[in-house]
Order: sequence, then structure tokens, then C-alpha cells
Amino acid sequence: MIWLAFIMAFVSGPVWAGEAQPLGDDPAVEARLKHLAVELRCLVCQNQTLADSNAPLAEDLRREVREMIVKDMTDKEIIDFLVERYGDFVLYRPPLKATTTLLWVGPFVLLTVGATVLAITLRRRARRVVDAPVTDEEHRRVEQLLAEGGKRS
Amino acid sequence: MIPEIGHFALILALCVAIVQGSLPIYGAAVGNSALMAVAKPAARAQFLLVLIAFCSLGYAFAEKDFSVLYVAATSNSQLPLHYRLAAIWGAHEGSLLLWTFILTLWMFAVTLFSKHLPETMRSRILGVMGLVSVGFLLFMLTVSNPFERLIPAAPDGRDLNPLLQDPGMVIHPPMLYMGYVGFSVAFAFAIAALLGGNLDAAWARWSRPWTTVAWCFLTVGIAMGSGWAYYELGWGGWWFWDPVENASFMPWLAGTALIHSLAVTDKRGGFKVWTVLLAIMAFSLSLLGTFLVRSGVLTSVHAFATDPKRGLFILMFLAVVIGGSLALYAWRAPRVGLGGSFSMVSREGMLLANNVLLIAAMGSVLLGTLYPLFLDALDLGKISVGPPYFDSVFAPLMAPAIFLMGVGPLAQWKKADLPDLARRLKWALGVSVVTALVLPFVMGKWTPLLSLGLLLAIWIVTTAVVTLRERLAHVTGDNFSDRMGAVSRSYWGMLLAHVGVAVFIVGVTMVKGFETESDVRMNVGETATIGGYTFRFDGTQDVVGPNYTAARGTFHVSRDGRDTTILYPEKRRYPVQNQVMTEAAIDPGLLRDLYVSLGEPLEDGAWSVRLYHKPFVDWIWGGCLIMALGGALAISDRRYRLARRKQEPAVAPSTRPARRKVA
Amino acid sequence: MNRFLLPLSIFVVVVGFLGIGLTLNPREIPSPLIGKAAPEFSQPQLYDQEKTLSPADLKGKVWLLNFWASWCSGCKTEHPVLMELAESGQVPIYGMDYKDQRDEALAWLQRWGNPYPVVGVDEAGRVGINYGVYGVPETYVIDKQGVIRYKQIGPLDPDTVAKKILPLVQQLESQ
Repeated sequence: MIWLAFIMAFVSGPVWAGEAQPLGDDPAVEARLKHLAVELRCLVCQNQTLADSNAPLAEDLRREVREMIVKDMTDKEIIDFLVERYGDFVLYRPPLKATTTLLWVGPFVLLTVGATVLAITLRRRARRVVDAPVTDEEHRRVEQLLAEGGKRS
Repeated sequence: MIPEIGHFALILALCVAIVQGSLPIYGAAVGNSALMAVAKPAARAQFLLVLIAFCSLGYAFAEKDFSVLYVAATSNSQLPLHYRLAAIWGAHEGSLLLWTFILTLWMFAVTLFSKHLPETMRSRILGVMGLVSVGFLLFMLTVSNPFERLIPAAPDGRDLNPLLQDPGMVIHPPMLYMGYVGFSVAFAFAIAALLGGNLDAAWARWSRPWTTVAWCFLTVGIAMGSGWAYYELGWGGWWFWDPVENASFMPWLAGTALIHSLAVTDKRGGFKVWTVLLAIMAFSLSLLGTFLVRSGVLTSVHAFATDPKRGLFILMFLAVVIGGSLALYAWRAPRVGLGGSFSMVSREGMLLANNVLLIAAMGSVLLGTLYPLFLDALDLGKISVGPPYFDSVFAPLMAPAIFLMGVGPLAQWKKADLPDLARRLKWALGVSVVTALVLPFVMGKWTPLLSLGLLLAIWIVTTAVVTLRERLAHVTGDNFSDRMGAVSRSYWGMLLAHVGVAVFIVGVTMVKGFETESDVRMNVGETATIGGYTFRFDGTQDVVGPNYTAARGTFHVSRDGRDTTILYPEKRRYPVQNQVMTEAAIDPGLLRDLYVSLGEPLEDGAWSVRLYHKPFVDWIWGGCLIMALGGALAISDRRYRLARRKQEPAVAPSTRPARRKVA
Repeated sequence: MNRFLLPLSIFVVVVGFLGIGLTLNPREIPSPLIGKAAPEFSQPQLYDQEKTLSPADLKGKVWLLNFWASWCSGCKTEHPVLMELAESGQVPIYGMDYKDQRDEALAWLQRWGNPYPVVGVDEAGRVGINYGVYGVPETYVIDKQGVIRYKQIGPLDPDTVAKKILPLVQQLESQ
């Protein structure tokens, strides 16, 4: 529990100041860092991106990523570096693999199934239903019910 | 003594709830009106008892009674009174009390506005709500009692989480809960109708205003939560697709689908089975949200109270309530009639297509939120599903829904003609496409997403104009204002809510497309320029707040040499919890927000500073408020007040001749 | 099947998963480094800054690598457990002083006792990143071939030591 409290303490602010940070010597590097960091998870936070977090580990990781960018490593190399150490957990965009197939295709399967079911239902319904809409008569009854319900009950 | 009164009131409320949840439902089943008559007084008594409990807890907070464990855990003698009162819902036990209180408030409202309902229906509705209330009261009394004593009393409290010490936090949870819990009314209506087997147009008509009210509250609640995150978390984001946010968004999506589906059921008697399912779904998702937040199964930036024992209780409660109602649904729904026929291309068809899209979107959010849990439970590894995932699946699902939003209101009920629709919409389409293509170039930057966002927003507005024009042409009236008045309020409400969506989309599109930010190291006297505004840092000074100390920075903002404003961001330190909070300073505006937050102090009074220029960001929340206003306008429509109108002969039909034309 | 039963079936599946979810700890993240060679490093030692600590020097031994810091409250919690384990002599615990001030770290060990034969210094937290450290304390079990076999996130407690660490160490020793 103390451990948890410890993690929580980092959520909102630094308790420990790390090395002084150059605030963006090179705007191009910073832009790439930002681009990468918004898709990475701050591991010690509850649920924050690396870009948003002030936790010391996040600052260290940003420094690490910044150095890799300066070394001209590709995005993929940088991400592989992090995944090797922290696992897929560090990625906010889960990689497409066997275990995440359902995650990525799920929404579109849902939509397709939903649309198909709707189309089939509507067609079948059109055949089965004898046009029994809410007639004006019924509308009047509803209005009457609404109006008189109070008196009857 | 007062806390014991509160505790005792909760126990009594539980007894009343048990009576309310059993006798009236049984009475309705056997046709015993004496038993049914229990419902109304029981609901009112329950409201009163929970109110007493709520006030007792409020009193304990106001009086700084640190012999109450919950008060000692979530407040402090230095905490200002308004935050002490807001601390009632600052953590787990108290927010459950708020939940229950709001549930009884809705019950009370049902007893007030249900004179026109048949007695069996009303007693079933109140009975179902009583049963829900039994669950929550039991939950509080067994594993999360807010009145638990701390002996010996703490000398002082551990303070409210500084993140929650914010005006937004005072109103956000009650609003959100009004929405969450409000869906319990629609749910109770649906269950009552399933129990009674009288799912008809009257049922839909009765449910509609209740659903819309709850939806309005939820919309405002979510918007306020998002606004709070925007200025309180200090990094300028407004939506993080965090599990807790998703937990509030899913009921919203289901509720939005429900409102539209209720329209079909009300007008055309169709798709009752689906509408009932949506009503069950909206409330079930609210309960699921409660579970996700309270049980600790998901990590989230907001999760503030987690305990597996409580999780188990809510899960069982969830299984009983949702499982029970879905079983009832499976048993009763097959007997429900079909309603009127309509073709696939018709207003009904489009509303239902919209429903499919909304529910697919809701399902995606659910899938993304729970997927890490699924994988973990199957021991297939830990993953994170975050904003990049949700952004990439959500937009493709919403874009067609928004397209349909423009077409739907123009399509005739029953059967619409596609070529005819195309003819009526060609101007709207032309204007939208051209503007969406050209406007970004005028603003100096073109991206596909920018154009798409603008296209959708302009499409909503232009189609709304076309719809309104046609509507005005069909109503009778001597002059323009008469004709405007002849269009029903619910119709205006629909249009307004849709325009709210457009405003929201403009906000999102513009802020994503044009926001600029800059992380700078600022020495005293230095300036930084962003979005055409120049920020001069005039140093920080130490400030002492009621329960914190802060470094407050001063930034003079100017544009083209003319002063715009002075901003005072703070870095606060709350000693009791030893937390540092970044209090951003914002200059809001219709067309842009200027946002400054202090990072870290550097040498010689210099600070690292984050500056943002956020164009149109306030349109995001403005859009949500307009949506909610639209909902409110729709509820004020006369046909929902028909019963009262008829009982008041003073309002003769002849005084409002034009209104009668369009219902 | 009755199509009206579909919502109920989906719900039952979801509840099943949520139930399992209650038994899991979302903050417990398995390390991808388990079964892989412990990342190399060569860090200065805390007591003798001229000397270094490196996993290469420990080949052929089963050992624990414990990341800690004087500013970390969890480290204080697990400290008695480490002391007891060190005294039992069953497995050597090498320390890695993570993002700390030297004098404070020395004072801390002075005050509470030193369970480590050697403490390395990771001032910038780079070794931590290579080992996938989330925060201190974290403890790794490394076998004779220099492969990581187990990772403890958060403080060690007597139960984990008795039920997980020691049996694993014994098994690795006998290999």
C-alpha cells in the first residue's frame, strides 16, 4: 500500500527533481519527441501519456527518447527499444498481433453485423408487418390516456 | 450524535426501500390497489430519510467532525467550507451517498409528475427504483459506510485531494450523477412495461421527457468534467479516453441512441423491443461505470477509491440488476408487437441506422476500455489502449452518423424518396463541400482531417437551415414570427441540439488543427510569442492560500503592442497531502484560449513554462451546453405537459391557434 | 437460439471477465526481460567510487539486484526483509542506488543497516531504464548465466521471499 501511495504521489507532480532539462534546443527534435510521446504511456502514472506527465520516470524516458532522436534512430527503433524494456504496456496504440486482432477489427465487425442485422430485420419486418402504425386514432387515445390517466388513478 | 442519526436514517431508508421494492410490484401483479398505493408514500419517505442522511454528513463536514472516519479522510480544518461540503462526494463512501440521494430525488420527482400514469405502471416504476435503491443502501451499510466513527477522533483531517479542490469539482459530480441515475427512470419505465406487458406508444411518450432530462444532465456533467480536466490537470488536454471518462461516455452514447429510438417508438410504434433494450443498456452502462470506477479493475487517472471487497459487491449487484433485467427482457420481449411498417429509406430507417452507428461506437469504447482486462484475465499479457486507438476507431464510426444527422430530419416518416432527398439537399451539400475545401486554405493550413471536420460541422448547420425552411413553409401563420412560433419546441430542441454537435465539432477540429504550444525556459523579463500573442514573464511571488502555499507567476500578454490581459498561473503546494498542483491560468475567448502553466522553478527566478494558444477550444464545451439546451427546449414542448394543460381550462386552445398545427 | 437471449449472454461473459479482473492487480506488469540476459552495465560503486559494479563480474552466481533510493518510502518498508535475507546468507543482494544523492544514500545505509555486499550508483536512472524499472524498489533474480528469472515490483515482503524468491534461488543454484 505504501508503494501505491508512493506511485500516487507522483501522479500530480514531481517530488524529486531530476537533471536540469534543456527546454528544446532543437524544435525539430522536440516536435518528433512530442509526436512519439503522445502515443506512449507514462508507466508510473495512473493513466497519462509520456508527453503530459511530470513524473521523474517520464522525464527520464523523454530524455532517453530525445537522445535517440538526436542519434537519428527511426521511430520504430525507438519504440522497439521501449517495448523491449517495458513491454507492450508502454504503447497507447496497441500493436496489431494475434491477441489484439479482436480489438482492432471489433468495432468494424460490430458495425457490419449491426448494419446487416438492421437490414435483414427491416426486410423481414416489411414482409411480416401488416401496416399497423400508430394511427391517428391511437394517437388520440394516447393523448387521452395521458390527459385522463390522472383522474382515473 | 448527528452522524448516528444519519446512519440510522440510512437503515430506515433501507427498510422503506425493501417495502417499496416488493409490495407495489406484487400489488401490481395481483391487482391489489392497497399494496400499489404504498409506492408513493414509500418513495417520498425514502427521499426524506436519505436527505436526512445526506444533511447529517454535510453537517459533520461543516462542523469538522473528525471523529467520523470519512470526514477525517477527506477534509481538513484548513479546507474552506465550500470545499468541505463538496468533499461529501470527494471520495468513495460519500459519492455513493450522493448517488443514492439523487436516486431518491428522481423517485420523488416521479411521484410528483406521474399523476397521469395508470396506477399499476406507477407502482411498478417506483418498485423497480426501490429495488435499485436497496442495492445501493445495502452497499453503503455493509462495506462503505460514510458515517463510520473513528475512535479516538483524529486531531485533524487528511484533507481533500487537491485535484478536487476546484469549483468545477463542486458541481461536476452532482451533474454527472443526475445523468447516470436519471437513466434509472427510463430503465424503471422499461422494466415496468416489460412486467406489465404494455409496451406501447404511451410508454414511449411517458419515457421520453425523463430520458431527455437525464441525457441533458449527463451531457452537462461530462462537459464539466472535461472542462475541469482542461484547466486543472495543467497540460491543456480536454479528453483522454480514460476508463473513467469512457464510463460516463458509454451511457451517453446509449442514451443518445435511446432518445432517437424513443422518437421512432413514440411516433410510429416501431422497434419497441430495441428501445426497451436501449433503456436497459443506458442504465446498465451507468452501473458498469460505477463498477469500473469503484472496483479498481482498471487503472485510471481519476480512480480515487479502490477496494476489491467493494468491487465484488458491485459486481454481484450488477449481475442481479442487469442480469435480471436482461433475463426479463429475453422472456418478455418476444411477445411485443411490431408496430407500423416503414421502408429502409425513411426517417425511421435513418434513425435506426444512426442507432446502429451509435451503438457500434459505444461497443468500441466498451471494447477498448475492457480489452486490457480481457487479455490480462486470459493471461495473454498487459497492454494499454489509449487515445490513438479510440481516435482511430471512433471517428470513422461517427462521421457517417453525423452525415445521417443532416439527412434524417428531412426524410419523411414511413417512406422517403432518395432522389427527392438528394434534390432537396444538393445546395447544403455543395455549400458544405466547397466551404470545407476552401476554408482551411484561407486559414493557412490544409489537412484531410481539418476538411472532414469542417465538412461535417457545416453539413449539420446547412441541413438544419434547409430543414427549418421546409418546416416553416409547411406551417401556417400570418407572419414570420407566427410561423416560427408554430414550429413545436421539441422540433426547435432537436435542431438546436444538432447545431450543438456542429459547434462541438468545430471546436475539436480547430483546436486539433491549429493549436500551438511551446515549452520555454523563461527568465524574469523575458518574452515568448505564440499564436501572435506575446507573453512577458514578470517573475513569481509567494502566495499563501487557506490550505496551500503557492508560487504565483505574472505574465503580461499583449498582441501587436496592445495589452490583452495579465495571467497568474500558480504552482501550489498542499502540505497536508504533500502534493504539488499546477494551477493553469487561462484567458478564455470566443475564438481562442490563452493558457499558461508553470513547470519547474529553474535558477535565478527563471521557470520552465508551458504556453498554449488554443483556437476555438471553448466551442467544445459550448457545443455540449447547446446540445443540453436543445434537450431542455424539447422537454418544454407542450405535448409533454398535455395533462396539465387539459386540467387548466384557463389556457384555452383558442389563445394559441398556430401551435396546434404542428405537434 | 432465441435472439433475445443474446444481450444476456454477452453480459454473462462480461461479468465473468470482470469477476476475474477483480482478482488481478492492474499495476502488476510482467517484465518482458524475464528469460532474457540481464542488461550489461558498469556503474561506479557507492562506497568506493573508483571501483565498478557489473553483472559480468557476477557470472556463475545466483544473485539479486535491488533498485533502491534513500528518498523512497517503499524501500524503507522492505528494508528489514532485505536485512534478514542478507543475514541468512542464502543469496547475495546487490544494490543499485537509483537517482539518489551520495551522502544521503550513505547516511541512509548507515542508519538502517547495509544488506548489500556492493552497491552500484545509477545517478541518472539509465540502468533503471535498461532494466525496465518503473520506480523503486524493484528486485530482480538473476541466474548463473546472467539471465533474469524473476522481477519483483514494489517492496519485498517475507511471504514473497519465502514462497517465491528462495525456492527459485535454490532451484537456480542446483542447476
